Amino acid sequence: MSSETKQILTTDGIPLEVSLKKAEKKNKIKAFLLVAPLLLFLVITYIFPIGDMFMRSVDDRMVTNMLPKTFKAMEKWENLEELPPEEVYRGFYEDYKLLVEKQEHGKLGQRLNKEKNGFNTITKRLFRQIKRNKIDESISIKEQINKIHKRWRNVEFWLAIKRTAPPYTMAKYLKGMDMYVASDGSIAQVDEDRRIHRILWLRTLEIAFFVTLFSFFMGYPIAHLLATLPMKYSNLLMICVLLPFWTSLLVRTASWMILLQQQGVVNDFFVMIGLVGDDNRPEMMYNKVGTYVAMTQILLPFMVLPLYSVMKTISPSLMRAGKSLGGTPFVAFWKVYFPLTIPGIGAGCLLVFILAIGYYITPALVGGASGTLISNQIAFHMKTTLDWSFASAMGLMLLTGVLVIYWIYNKLVGVDNIKLG
Amino acid sequence: MALPSYTETRYRIWHYIYLTICTFVFFFLIAPLFVIFPLSFNAEEFLVFSEGMKNLDPDAFSLRWYKDMIYGTKNPWGLAAKNSFIIAIFATIGSIILGTLAALGLSSRHMPYKGLIMATLISPMIVPLIISGVAIFFFMAKAGLAATHTGIVLAHIILGTPFVVITVTATLSGFDHSVTRAAASLGSNPVNTFMKITLPLILPGVISGGLFAFVTSFDEVVVVLFLAGLENTTIPIQMWTGLREQLSPTILAVATCLILLSTLILISAELLRRRSERLRGINR
Repeated sequence: MSSETKQILTTDGIPLEVSLKKAEKKNKIKAFLLVAPLLLFLVITYIFPIGDMFMRSVDDRMVTNMLPKTFKAMEKWENLEELPPEEVYRGFYEDYKLLVEKQEHGKLGQRLNKEKNGFNTITKRLFRQIKRNKIDESISIKEQINKIHKRWRNVEFWLAIKRTAPPYTMAKYLKGMDMYVASDGSIAQVDEDRRIHRILWLRTLEIAFFVTLFSFFMGYPIAHLLATLPMKYSNLLMICVLLPFWTSLLVRTASWMILLQQQGVVNDFFVMIGLVGDDNRPEMMYNKVGTYVAMTQILLPFMVLPLYSVMKTISPSLMRAGKSLGGTPFVAFWKVYFPLTIPGIGAGCLLVFILAIGYYITPALVGGASGTLISNQIAFHMKTTLDWSFASAMGLMLLTGVLVIYWIYNKLVGVDNIKLG
Repeated sequence: MALPSYTETRYRIWHYIYLTICTFVFFFLIAPLFVIFPLSFNAEEFLVFSEGMKNLDPDAFSLRWYKDMIYGTKNPWGLAAKNSFIIAIFATIGSIILGTLAALGLSSRHMPYKGLIMATLISPMIVPLIISGVAIFFFMAKAGLAATHTGIVLAHIILGTPFVVITVTATLSGFDHSVTRAAASLGSNPVNTFMKITLPLILPGVISGGLFAFVTSFDEVVVVLFLAGLENTTIPIQMWTGLREQLSPTILAVATCLILLSTLILISAELLRRRSERLRGINR
């Protein structure tokens, strides 16, 4: 029947449907143009650089570009249990000679040394031979190189060169998990006493988890109190939550440094009430205790505010109804009130957890050696060791974790439901 | 929160335990801030309460650290404060303009891929700062903007816009679009309508988003640590170096000033929030 209905026309004689679609499209473009400046800005200055981090973290083109002839020749090296054929040696010699001319041979030695210990020595030997023009290009290069050092006769070292051939590597990611590619190409774990990164990941998770837990147990009662008190009192108490929220992070960290130091107020108080002796003041800063206490206080407002905004919407008559139907106050709370606050709990916990997992400043100042987190390690590699690709790899591993949590958050609460104050 | 007279004793006890816990938590939240005030007036060089201070001896208090903060020789705080304010003001303006425009677009019901775009726009708020710092540093280094004010301002715009987008979108969610249609039907062009009708109505949201952006920039240290050179030092950077190296009471004088500033910002944010709720017709 619909096909028989006459098309409705606008005054211009265009079918209404077409005209409407045109207007809709115009509105779409208009809306998009408003968003475009910020979107473009963020994509260029922020999203692409994160992609750049990924490129840096897997980039391993240095050796690939330095030894083109070697890798070309290695394609013909079939029996990997024996030393490579003459062509590989010749290719390597020619590449290396070029690097010596460009004075880049040192970089190659260091890079190969990372792949297999002992490379630096033998490339230096080769360098000296080349400098003194000791190598005769008209006869077998393989024999001459093999004579320089016994390690050149070890197939392991040639396999190590071969492993650096692909322009991309996952080595930095493996290193971030305390693993490495062994000489036979399998993934192995580093020695137990050198597994520093795994400790850091676990500690980061542990601290983020407990800070979230502490914030929850402290934030829930006060959010409840704020939501149920009459407005004039709750507004006053809200200041206790909002003032720290608006105060500089460094100021709050500084105040914890003063409170927790050995001659600080907290220790004074402990001595005064006789909990500890004056000469036996416990160290509360530069360890995990300091990190826990300071981070909990700093992140607590992020727990209280979402909880408060959810609790505010719960009508007090629901609790009264629960009680009037025979529930004790505990039952009424547990069966009626608590389930209604779950969206707030989810939002608060995930917000605090996400913030805690990437924390940097507070652990660096009050954490000491045993309180540092993965972020501190990233900053260390960015600023001190200048191993930017490793810092990028660890940053992206952390980011992946955060995005997974963010995705869960989005499923549970919805990103648009984030409320500020 | 007075209990009804018929409450049983055990619930009465529970209620007092609950109130005690709440008091403790509020104390835990707010008390650390107040340690800083008295110590910043310390006449001595140590960051502990001296005997004189405990006995309220007037000689134990002085303004020397405030004087040091303002007049001290080779003192970095003047330059740091100047830089901090310049950077924060420009970053706030940038965030407000870009963020408000984007929020206007996002609130339109014609906006395609709304969820994805919203997620992208507020991602700088979710991504850990250290990662943002690394990424932004790579960009600024390539663009030749590392160790310049421009670079830091741009970085802070990235970090500040999510707050503006969120607050303005929230304000717009209660916005009655028929008023703009009414303006259009009365012959007003879109720019005029925005300036005379929309902007005054969403202004509280814009300003409170701007306050967030300002505080974010003013307090930001992780990204600046990667970007700043000696010339671009800011208050947070000076505090960071101070807290790591020589913990001097001058830092506490600065911290006191910062607490006063945040109190001011808190008051303005609260006033704005109430005004915004009144304008949107939300009465509690």
